[in-house]
Amino acid sequence: MSAGPREQFDNPVIEWIDSRMPVFTMMVKEYGVFPAPKNFNYFWNFGAIAMFMLITMIVTGLFLAMHYTANVHMAFDSVERIMRDVNGGWLIRYIHMNGASFFFVAVYIHIFRGMYYGSYKKPRELLWILGVVIFLLMMATAFLGYVLPWGQMSLWGATVITGFFTAIPYVGDTIQQWLLGGFSVANPTLTRFFALHFVLPFVIFAIVFLHVWALHVTGSNNPLGIDTKGPQDTLPFHPYYTTKDIFGTIVFIMLYALFIFYMPDSLGHPDNYIPANPLRTPPHIVPEWYFLPFYAMLRAVTFNINIYTLFGALLLFVVLIEFGWRKKPAKLNKNGGIALFIIGAAFALFGLYADANQEWVSAMHIPLAEIKDAPIPAKLGGVLAMFGSIALLFVLPWLDTHPVRSARFRPLFKTFFLLLIAMFFGLGYIGSQPAGGTIFGVSLSVFGLAFTGYYFAFFLVILPLLGRFEKGRDLPNSIHEAVLAKKH
Amino acid sequence: MTLRLSLALMILAMMPLAQARASEANAPELPRQSWSFDGPFGTYDKAALQRGFKVYRDVCSSCHSMNLLYYRDLEGIGYNEAQIKNIAADYTIEDGPNDEGDMFERPRLPSDHFKAPFANAKAAAYANNGAAPPDLSLIAKAREGHADYIYALLTSFQNPPPHGANLAQGQYWNEYFPGHKLAMPPPLSDGMVAYEDGTPETLNQYARDVAQFLTWAGDPYMEERKRTGLKVLLFLLVFASVMYAVKRKIWADQH
Repeated sequence: MSAGPREQFDNPVIEWIDSRMPVFTMMVKEYGVFPAPKNFNYFWNFGAIAMFMLITMIVTGLFLAMHYTANVHMAFDSVERIMRDVNGGWLIRYIHMNGASFFFVAVYIHIFRGMYYGSYKKPRELLWILGVVIFLLMMATAFLGYVLPWGQMSLWGATVITGFFTAIPYVGDTIQQWLLGGFSVANPTLTRFFALHFVLPFVIFAIVFLHVWALHVTGSNNPLGIDTKGPQDTLPFHPYYTTKDIFGTIVFIMLYALFIFYMPDSLGHPDNYIPANPLRTPPHIVPEWYFLPFYAMLRAVTFNINIYTLFGALLLFVVLIEFGWRKKPAKLNKNGGIALFIIGAAFALFGLYADANQEWVSAMHIPLAEIKDAPIPAKLGGVLAMFGSIALLFVLPWLDTHPVRSARFRPLFKTFFLLLIAMFFGLGYIGSQPAGGTIFGVSLSVFGLAFTGYYFAFFLVILPLLGRFEKGRDLPNSIHEAVLAKKH
Repeated sequence: MTLRLSLALMILAMMPLAQARASEANAPELPRQSWSFDGPFGTYDKAALQRGFKVYRDVCSSCHSMNLLYYRDLEGIGYNEAQIKNIAADYTIEDGPNDEGDMFERPRLPSDHFKAPFANAKAAAYANNGAAPPDLSLIAKAREGHADYIYALLTSFQNPPPHGANLAQGQYWNEYFPGHKLAMPPPLSDGMVAYEDGTPETLNQYARDVAQFLTWAGDPYMEERKRTGLKVLLFLLVFASVMYAVKRKIWADQH
């Protein structure tokens, strides 16, 4: 976007435009000769793939919006009209419906890649944060969109999810009513959800623009996680990565097409083909698969956090900051730390025990340990865990202080991180099951709590400790050298 | 390489999650039937669809609406225009107002909706012990197990009910209905609907045929969808191969 010196174009029309507004110069600079590390693997395709999915969703969504009616009496039938009577409507809707899933597949892999290869680290923190903002907006948009067909899962999913807001102390009910436009999910909810579902993708598009802008300032990370040192380390984006991205995108589309044409309803819930009925609750309300891990975290918190637990947790957090996060404890010596840890753990355990044994609490007249006195009731705790799990991603660049980016050279990080991914899948499974299920005779909620605990421990404890103590392998001198060495 | 492999496995593992969800309690595993529309090349058996439509028309339609269907849609199960006109004309619809401002009854046209048995949900519930029979337009899509579920439900009424079952007045025991207590009496029995093509007139055959008809009703574009899918995938396969070759050629000086 700069007006600096530029090269002339041979084509007179392009030259005429470019001399007045150098869009072509910018295109050449950002997508033509733009230097990209020469050692990308196929994980680096998923940015382009996510971009492709966003455009697909916006285009198909536009055509769906031409036929959709946002009214509780007509929405379900208008979607079925698209499926049955609009020319090619079934195809457009199935592309859009499965597109949501595949957009998330692409973005989850994109996020995985960013974390595995340390792409969030200096100097790409802002790039990463913009990405997390996009992820959050995507989740909001997907949720709003799932409500629009006005099936049973639309209505009841919306009821459950907007119900989260009632967990906020004092103002929760007011916020929920304000969001819904009434006391329950009804016509005002549907119309505003449609309006928001239509506009948010364009907000996402704008932030994607910022995301790409930030990327083009810092340049891409790469599987080795080391900086490029000169032209021998890079290739021009075109034609090397344009061709590679197109190839990767087509392979992705093939998997996507398999779902669109051969199992278009397999990722949705059959109940959403039943028109919404506010008087009949489905036996088992589940969100879409891409929300299941977070849904499991929400349900994992089944205990109330009373004043004792909270105080204990606070002390433990101080110990964590002093001995886990700081290079040198600023205010505590070792014995003080141990003492604080023991006191904190004792308070926390006492609080949890009191919460689980209310009869004992009333028999012993323990003050402020009843459920009604808990500053963080289980419902709020679940909501905090769910939103907290994403909030952690925003501060990830500062939780992971290790100077080495790529997991290739951090065996400990790699192990702990892949374990996190496995648990994330486990949480997805747990989220899909009805409450009260068991596996190997152990309640699923136990696994849910353990995996949720690991998720938070990974970010708050393991990453800061690894940043201080993990040795890491020797880094190659340059990308060029590493690529040459691999060839021989 | 192990990383790539494990990631690919994870993605694949994620897919059946959606299907594994919500295996509702206390309903036994559905027996799988073999259907003509199974698999990537499956198509509808038009003769079965027409028989199934006859079962719906003669039996189910006295309680169940199919509000999303038009008579013209019956072209999809192999009827021609004249036949559809005749079928539609068997039913009337209130139209109007005419030039004098009056509403009037007229025979239905192919462009009209299927006639619903009740004027509204309240009337349907009142006539059926308080439980309005669901609309069947999307029933095959709206139930776990789809056609298998419909077939199993229609063929698995149990009379007398198992020992200890507490059935209220107007409830019937069904092996595959979630909760087992169904307000619908066994709708089909041997010899109930006359078939003209010599197909056995048995309960199992009726259930099979109507399950296929209802599957079609919920997914009338299935055949076109699968045909299009094949073309799309073949095109993508060629496109991907070409792009792979192009990519190899471009990268040749780097490898």
